[in-house]
Amino acid sequence: MTSILLVAERDEQGEISQSTVQAIAAANGLVDSVVTAAIAGEAPASASALAVEKVVTLSSIDDADLGIYDQATAEISALVESTSPEVVIFSKSDFGSVVGARLAFRSDSAFAADCIEISNAGDGVSVTRPVYGGSALAEFDIVSSRAIITLRAGAYETNTETGSPSIEAFESGVNVEQTASVTGTVAEAREGVRLEDANFVVSGGRGLGGPEPFSVLTDLANALGGAVGASRAACDAGWIDHSHQVGLTGKSVSPDVYIAVGISGASQHMAGCSSSRAIVAINKDADSNIFKEARFGIVGDWEKVLPSFLATVRELKA
Amino acid sequence: MTVRIVVLAKQVPDPETPPSQFKIDESTNTVIPPNGVPPVVNGFDLNAVEAALLLRDAGADVEITVLSVGSDFVMDAMKKPLAMGADRLVLVDDSGLGNIDSAATVKVLAAAIEKDGPYDLILGGRQASDWDQAHVTLGLAEVLGLPLVSLVQKLELDGDSVSLQRVIPDGYQTITAPVPSVLTITNELGESRYPNLRGIMQASRKKPEVFSLADLGLSSDDLAPKLELRKLYIPESNKQVELIEGEDEADSGKKLALRLREEKLI
Ligand SMILES: Cc1cc2nc3c(=O)[nH]c(=O)nc-3n(C[C@H](O)[C@H](O)[C@H](O)COP(=O)(O)OP(=O)(O)OC[C@H]3O[C@@H](n4cnc5c(N)ncnc54)[C@H](O)[C@@H]3O)c2cc1C
Ligand SMILES: Nc1ncnc2c1ncn2[C@@H]1O[C@H](COP(=O)(O)O)[C@@H](O)[C@H]1O
Repeated sequence: MTSILLVAERDEQGEISQSTVQAIAAANGLVDSVVTAAIAGEAPASASALAVEKVVTLSSIDDADLGIYDQATAEISALVESTSPEVVIFSKSDFGSVVGARLAFRSDSAFAADCIEISNAGDGVSVTRPVYGGSALAEFDIVSSRAIITLRAGAYETNTETGSPSIEAFESGVNVEQTASVTGTVAEAREGVRLEDANFVVSGGRGLGGPEPFSVLTDLANALGGAVGASRAACDAGWIDHSHQVGLTGKSVSPDVYIAVGISGASQHMAGCSSSRAIVAINKDADSNIFKEARFGIVGDWEKVLPSFLATVRELKA
Repeated sequence: MTVRIVVLAKQVPDPETPPSQFKIDESTNTVIPPNGVPPVVNGFDLNAVEAALLLRDAGADVEITVLSVGSDFVMDAMKKPLAMGADRLVLVDDSGLGNIDSAATVKVLAAAIEKDGPYDLILGGRQASDWDQAHVTLGLAEVLGLPLVSLVQKLELDGDSVSLQRVIPDGYQTITAPVPSVLTITNELGESRYPNLRGIMQASRKKPEVFSLADLGLSSDDLAPKLELRKLYIPESNKQVELIEGEDEADSGKKLALRLREEKLI
């Protein structure tokens, strides 16, 4: 393999995101490759120390494109056409999932979503991705001259390797007329730390039985300086907003401690939290799958367990 | 004017299959169908059927066609959208179509849509719960050259356009898209309805319209894969849980906190 294009993303502060740094580690693990990172807009300060050969800025992609991604797809397709990378890596974010999938068809390339490993296989690459909701792993050989890959957050370590890339601007001159237009954004208000960044996550599931118990989970999360998550069942029931959903089709979290309360541990839920340092399960069913994934557990009723747990946490933190 | 809607629906193994019954034949890299757990229509595709039905409930004159590509179709499963209220079921049924990759699936769907169309809206699920690629609906928009909006949780017809809500990590965007468009639907739309008895009776009388690959002018050569499955397996878990047991549940809660402190986790 000779060249890899990595499509970088930003964090809340506008700097290069952790998931992009992880993707760079994945790219650099594929030997002998020249890695170029592309980023929408101006290069942030953190771009100049990335462990890549080159950073390309794409100034034609702006916020008006967010969510529709017509311009991003066009501009990145043009960049791919002019630089012919064998592998293009995106983060498995909203942006990466949509632009990556569209780019694959526009450039007649193979697409592999939500990968946890990329490796060399003969002349080409192979990838490993969870399938069947995480119940199984599949290894695929890419049989196409180009592979578009999205990488799951937490699949690779965020290493501290640095470099001194050149920074260049790319402009294809293409300006697509937006086919659909965003007329507004309605965001959930957030207090405290972002779920994806939290060191402690307290998540509730169907076993909570209703919306009220989430206030106890919030108290616990606050005592730990963490954030509240939920299973899809709890979100679908309307007990808590979907922005709290952890899992395959929700958020990926990798805190030090993930506390699952009244959650059965379905593979699709675990897909979003299995890279946590320690999973703690509180569930009244000893046969529940969550105990196969957890490091610590209590078989019991959360209503009886949580108050003393919270009180002791508060004492320890005082 | 009738609004013609096609809903893309895939037959998948029931994702609620208990983990103990989920087994893989590693010699053929296939999932062994669990005994007594029949396949289902992919959940997000039922959300898409529901989205189309909600347009009808809101007073629009809609014709809903459900389109599926595969083989070994189980009619009890595939007729569920009809029982919910969809009008037609179109199957591209050909041996081997159960195992093609997403790039090939898009080719077949595009050919079927071109033959059966034209459509005003194409609704797909956000992802299929077997291979979890989340690719086909997005790719179809590219191939057909139609506008695309993903992760739609609310949909209203508004003259020549559609008003949408699109889920983003911390809320949603409001979006206006033209007709025709391709939309992917997500479960935030809300639960899909249960068929009632009348719906089930009507569905049982309806026959699917079936195309073969040849009917669409395609052959298996057109479906060469871009991804080749080398190995499919169930990952081993060697985790061993440490159960905390106190005198009673309250005591267990206290001991858990102390144990986490001991491990320097809190
Ligand atoms: C394609 C697809 C994508 C999906 N994506 C996601 C996703 O992103 N995130 C996600 O979470 N799910 C996802 N799911 C759904 C997933 O398969 C499960 O259905 C869901 O995670 C179950 O949620 P739960 O554990 O809260 O509910 P349940 O499975 O019903 O478990 C409830 C648990 O609570 C316990 N309990 C009950 N009462 C008490 C009590 N008083 N005290 C203690 N414990 C109690 C029970 O023993 C049980 O184990 C997806 C499914 C599909 C098909
Ligand atoms: N074989 C198929 N037949 C009909 N629709 C499909 C098929 N495969 C995928 N789809 C549609 O595309 C969506 C995304 O599937 P996937 O890209 O496989 O995750 C599904 O939710 C379906 O709406």
